[in-house]
This record gives sequence, structure tokens and C-alpha cells, in this order.
Amino acid sequence: MPHRPPHTLPTADPLAVRATLIAFAIAAFVVLFALPVAIVLAGAFRLGLAHWAHAVADPATGAALRLTLTVLAAAIPVNVVFGVAAAWAIAKFDFPGRAAFLTLIDLPFAVSPVIAGLVFVLLLGARSPLGPWLVRHHVQIVFATPGIVLATTFVTFPFVARELIPAFESMGTSTEEAALVSGATGWQTLTRVTLPTTRAALISGIALATARAAGEFGAVAVVSGHIGGRTNTLPLALASSYESGDTSAAFAITTVLLVFAVVTLAVRWTVDHHSRRR
Amino acid sequence: MTSRARRRILPGFPLAIAITAASILLFVIVPLSTVLATTAQLSPSHFFAVAFDPRARAAYSLSFGASFVAAGLNVPLGLLFAWVLTRYEFPGRHILDALIDLPVVLPTVALGLALTSLYATTGWLGAPLAAIGAPIAFTPAGVTLALTVIGLPFVVRTIAPVLSATAIDAEEASAVLGATRWQTFRHVTLPAIAPALVTGAALAFARALGEYGSVVFIAGNMPFRTEIAPLLIMTHIEEFDDAGAAAIAAVLLVSSFGLLLLVNRLQRQTAARAGLTLQPAG
Amino acid sequence: MTSKPTRSVTVQGVTKLFPRAGVVGLADVSLHVPAGALLALVGPSGSGKTTLLRIIAGLDYPDTGAIRVGPEDVTNTPARLRGLGVVFQHYALFQHLTVFENIAFPLRVRHRSRAEITARVTELLALMQLDGFAARRVTQLSGGQAQRVALARALAPHPSVLLLDEPFGALDTEVRHELRAWLRALHDDLHVTTILVTHDQDEALDLADHVAVLRDGRLEQLGTPAELTTHPATPFVEQFFRTHRTRSHSIPWPDRTSSAQSPPPSSSPLAFTRNKIPRSPRQSP
Repeated sequence: MPHRPPHTLPTADPLAVRATLIAFAIAAFVVLFALPVAIVLAGAFRLGLAHWAHAVADPATGAALRLTLTVLAAAIPVNVVFGVAAAWAIAKFDFPGRAAFLTLIDLPFAVSPVIAGLVFVLLLGARSPLGPWLVRHHVQIVFATPGIVLATTFVTFPFVARELIPAFESMGTSTEEAALVSGATGWQTLTRVTLPTTRAALISGIALATARAAGEFGAVAVVSGHIGGRTNTLPLALASSYESGDTSAAFAITTVLLVFAVVTLAVRWTVDHHSRRR
Repeated sequence: MTSRARRRILPGFPLAIAITAASILLFVIVPLSTVLATTAQLSPSHFFAVAFDPRARAAYSLSFGASFVAAGLNVPLGLLFAWVLTRYEFPGRHILDALIDLPVVLPTVALGLALTSLYATTGWLGAPLAAIGAPIAFTPAGVTLALTVIGLPFVVRTIAPVLSATAIDAEEASAVLGATRWQTFRHVTLPAIAPALVTGAALAFARALGEYGSVVFIAGNMPFRTEIAPLLIMTHIEEFDDAGAAAIAAVLLVSSFGLLLLVNRLQRQTAARAGLTLQPAG
Repeated sequence: MTSKPTRSVTVQGVTKLFPRAGVVGLADVSLHVPAGALLALVGPSGSGKTTLLRIIAGLDYPDTGAIRVGPEDVTNTPARLRGLGVVFQHYALFQHLTVFENIAFPLRVRHRSRAEITARVTELLALMQLDGFAARRVTQLSGGQAQRVALARALAPHPSVLLLDEPFGALDTEVRHELRAWLRALHDDLHVTTILVTHDQDEALDLADHVAVLRDGRLEQLGTPAELTTHPATPFVEQFFRTHRTRSHSIPWPDRTSSAQSPPPSSSPLAFTRNKIPRSPRQSP
């Protein structure tokens, strides 16, 4: 009777080990990730689809959504401009202090969002050195949209740069040199060669920054003063609903935020998939 | 005869570095200096009284302790996920790979709300756990759990590239020399990925230290028991005690920056050891 | 096909130091390439030949010395304004663009009209025997095809000088030989001043009108292939070409010292006949 020996590579783990590890991983994923999401969805739709739709369509939710989108529209472009400039300067050139710049760019990552909000209250609030001047000129930054924009920009500062810098570095400089000798200006080189080549990293960075900006809570909570209906972003609206006991509204808003998250993941996965296929 | 300075070939450096430096100044240095400047206005004794009063100390021990345990838990968990994602093929692997980043893209309050619902004494998992005397919600265990979920993607994404790139060759050599898979793992693979493990854990720790949104719901926020340091800062702000808030913030900032410097140095050491040095063109 | 008149290249007293590496890149190198000639820069690795080519291209700056293209001093002119064409060793093609768009790039950045671009790119594709490759992705090309696209891109804006940095270095021997003959024929057809960097002495002697031998940043000798093999100026030059001489000393060198001659009729082994180079069967890695 012909016997076919199992063809296993010396670096492959035994089947029992593989099965166990995969099972553990999936179990951990279910407990830590899937169940929490499931319970939110269950809670959101517990009272029926109509109730959910009503909560989502609530004017306060709509206002919060609009504010969130406004903040995104202001903060993300700033981060993109910064990210591209930083990646160009740091990845394509060598200069003293380059390592220090990299560390400085990473700093907002290590700062608690509450502290991020605090700094803008200290800097531009009524009790700050600039406070009296701002009050005199009727400029309201803290407890208003501009403050939220600033705090959000701070918190999402590193995201685009952190994705672009390694991408710019790994492509080397010979394609840019080829572009230069072909007659391209610096701007043409950046827009026709460098950015198209690193398009995946750029999109990924923007997606991450957008997700973080839309979901930011701690910094915005400090800077906005919680004035419902006027300076509530979606995460703040969620917290307010929960604190006031309206859990089904809280769940409903969570589903909206879940959509943001899933879209972000889908964008990154698509971009990743495309670049892997090439 | 022409004089030659160090001219750059690629254009655009002055503009790019100006934008970069100005942005860093405006959005990083000035804001963070504000905290330190406000703190400096306090006399040293006042600073220590505020920054290290009993309630603050309890908050630090909770924040640092829970973050440390969470980072520690994330090492084996992260390694498990990274291993399974990079080394094995199974249905659903790509989906798992994409969803690992969920805590990074999901708003923290959404995650916090989800975890609280799940582990509350009426929750799907909270009820049975409370029944056996191990409640999660409103305890330090709950805080640790939330921080573990938050930090997991960082550890996985730090370890995964090292796992797939490194060590296959070394593992083959080890196998040919007669080692079992476990021996290979313990003596070849694990040492090779150890720097990445440490870096990932440090990143997770730094992230957990400042985490707010996902923790404030599940923690219950009882002073001296389940009050994390960022919440204490928030409380001081709400009481219009800017100086007190800044003092505690300063303690957290200094710890986080120290960690970040450590992580950066570790990363540079690892890159240097991998032999990434450039030679001038011939 | 029309082209701008080609120009000579003069290197005058160029020195380049690499202080951080403690290496002298180039030491007081001077040479002149007459308009329309093909000069090969040869030498062992580290001799400075690539450094010199990059300085001529404007991708690096000399510490002292000057570069002239025709009568014009270009030492302080940025690379993109020097009007030169460069072919890199590893092609440096734009991965996100098709073959057509790669070749069209120099014309697009100069804002030429669509009609002009299409005409010129089609012309070059035919010249490079790449008809039908226009829509191909660059990542799907073999090494030989990629290098021809790189050459077409360099030639697209009618450069006055063509610079080639080890253009066949990344290819296998068989493809190298085919492309070598083809390149010489192309040069005889187009009469563009060409400077070719190579470490392969056979290639230099085969292809070039003039050969410059570099060693440790210094110019050892500059002359025709015949001069270098029969009258080497230094022991190093003699040693460098020794293997070549013993193998093929019986083959007389065709006289190629004047630049503007048209090639001899088709009986010459180097005549440029279309369809002579077969499409490479290999796919690119």
C-alpha cells in the first residue's frame, strides 16, 4: 500500500501547534474585539431599527456630525501639508539634527489627549497671557470650534508624516534624480514622481489621521467645555448621552462612529492590497 | 576656479525644512512648553505638594501599574497574533489582519462604551465573571483590560515585520542542525525578535499611560481606587486649578518623553545592528 | 529625424573629495570629448568614473574645477537646465507610469503639446524596437527592454550630450553583447556626444572612439582604443587591457576617430539593421 509521507518543511510548526495557536488567536480576538462590537450593535438595535434611526437623526447628533466634519476639513489638510514637507526634508536630505526632528514629530503620540487639551486652555484660554487680548477682540478660541481644531491638529500631527517618511526613504533618490535630469522642477518631481510612487502610504496616513481626528475625545472634552449642541463633536455627544442615562442614543452614535472606523480599515486594506498586487 | 559649497541636488529643501520647523515649533514645542512654563510658576514645595499628594499618588500607581501590566500582557498576546498572521495560512487571515487595527481607528469612547457594556455586572461577560467573584467593571482589572485592548495593535504591528523578515534563514539552519521547533523558537527566533518585543511593549506602555476615552467609562473613576491620572488632570481643570493640572501633566509628560526617547534609541540600535550603513559612491 | 546640434564636453581640473569617508573621489581630472564622439570612462571600482559622470550630469558638485558643454560653462547650472540625457545603471524608470509616459516625461515637464509628445514618443519607440510596448507597465519589462526605455526617455528632449552610467551592468552577458553592438550603431546614426561609464574593458574598446582610464581618482590615459592597447602610457593601463590584447590582437580596429562620418555600408558587422535584436524571452524579475 503506497504511503505518502507528510510533506512538512523543517520550519513549519506541527499541525497540533498551529491549530492551537490559531484557535487561541481567534478566541482572543473574539473576546477582546468582536464581542465588544457585537454588544454595541445589539444595544443600538435592541429597541428596533426605527428607534435607532430616530436617535441617529436627532438634531443634536446632526450638529455633532457637522462639527466633526468641520474639524476634519480644517485639521487634515494642515497635517497633510506638514507631513509632505517633513517627509521631503527628512527623507531626501541629510542634515544635522535630523534625528531630533524625528523625535519631535513623534512627541504628540506620547502625550495624553487630556494634556493636549490642557495646553491649549493654558495657551489661549481666558486665564492665559493672551487671554485679555483675545477677550478684548472678541476672539473665542477655547470653548469654541477654533480650539477644537487646534487641539485635534495637535493630536493627529504625526500621522501623515510617520507614514510618508519611511515610504519616501525606501524609494531612494535615483528616481528623483532621473526626473531632475529629465528637466523637471522640484515641484514637478514631488507631484509627478515622488507622491504618486508613495501614494499608498499617503492614503494610509490620511485615513489614520482622519479616524483619530473624528474619534478624538479627551483633548476635545477639555477644550470644548462640553456645551451641548454647540461644541459637541460626535464622541462628546456619545459621552453626554451615556452620562445622562440615554444609553440607546449612546449606542446609536457609537454605530455611526463604527462606520467611520470600518471605512478607514477598508480604505487601508484596499490600498495595501493594491500595492501588494503590484 | 570655482569655489564649492555643500550644494544640494534635489531642490526644495529650504522651503520644506522651514514648513517642518515652523509646524513643529507651533504645534509641538510651544504647546508643550506651556505646560512646563506653567509648572515652573509654582514654587518647588507647592509643586511637590500638588503633584505628589495622596490622591495624585494613587492615580499614578493605578496609571503606571495598569499600563505596565497591560503592556506585559500585550507581549505574549501580540506575539501570538503576529505569529499566527505572518506564519500561518487559514481562512479569514486577511480579515483578522485588517481588524487588528480596530482599536486604533475606533474612537476611544466607542471602545470604552463597548467594553463597559460587555463587562458590567449585567453584561454578557461581566455577569458570569461577577458571579464567580471576579468583577471587571469599576475595578483596576477593568482599567487594565481596556489598556490591553488599546495597546495590542501597536505590539502586533511592531513585531510582525520583524517576524516575517528575519529569522526564516536562521530557523532553517537551526532545524538542519537538529533543533526541534520549540528549541529553535526559544534559542533562535525569540532572541532575534526580542528588541522588537521591547519596543512594542514600550510603545504600548506610553500609549496606555495617557489613555483617557476608553478607560473613563469602565473605570468608574472613584478617587484613590479607580481614578487614572489623566482623569485627575481633567478634574483639576474643571475646578479651575490650572496650575495643579499642569503639575500632574508635567509628571506624565516627563515619563512619556523618557519612554519615547528610549524607544527611539532602541529602534536606532536595532537598525544599526542590522547593518544599515551607507557607503559613498565610487 | 531632427535633433539639436550635439556639443562637446570639457572637464577642467575637477577635484572631488569625500572627507567623511576619507576618500579622494577625483583628483584634478581634465579631459575633452569632441562633439559627436563616444568616450568610454573605464577603471576599477572606486576609480571615480561614476563620480565624474554624476558631476557632468549635475547630480553632484566638484570641489574645484569646471565643466563645459560646448562653449558654455555649466558648473553652476542645475541638472535640469543642462540639456543632457542620463541613463542610470538600474534604469530609474518611473514605476507608476507606462512605457509611453516614462518616455514622454521630459516633454511633459516642458509643457510640449500633445501632438508633439505623441509624435516624438512613437518615433523613439520605433527606434528602440519597442513598438507595441507603449501601454506596457514598466514593471513587466525585461532588463534589456527597460534599459531601452530608459535610453528613449533620455533622448526624448533632444539632449546635446548623452551620459550612460554602466548601462549594461545589470544585464546578462548575451544581452550585453547584443545591446552593445546596437548602441554603437545607434550612436553612428544619431551622432550625439556620448560618455559611457563601464568597468568592462572589452566594452570600452569595442564601443568607443576615445577611452579615458581612471584610477583612484586620477586620469591615467586618454586616447583611442588603438593607442591604449599598442601604446599604454603607464603599467596600470597596460595591465588593464592585457587580457583584451592577448585575446583579440589580430582584429584590426576600424578607424572611428572622426566624429561626423556616416557608417560604412551594410557589410560591416556593426551596421544598424532593424529587427536584428530579438525580443528578450525573459520576463523581468
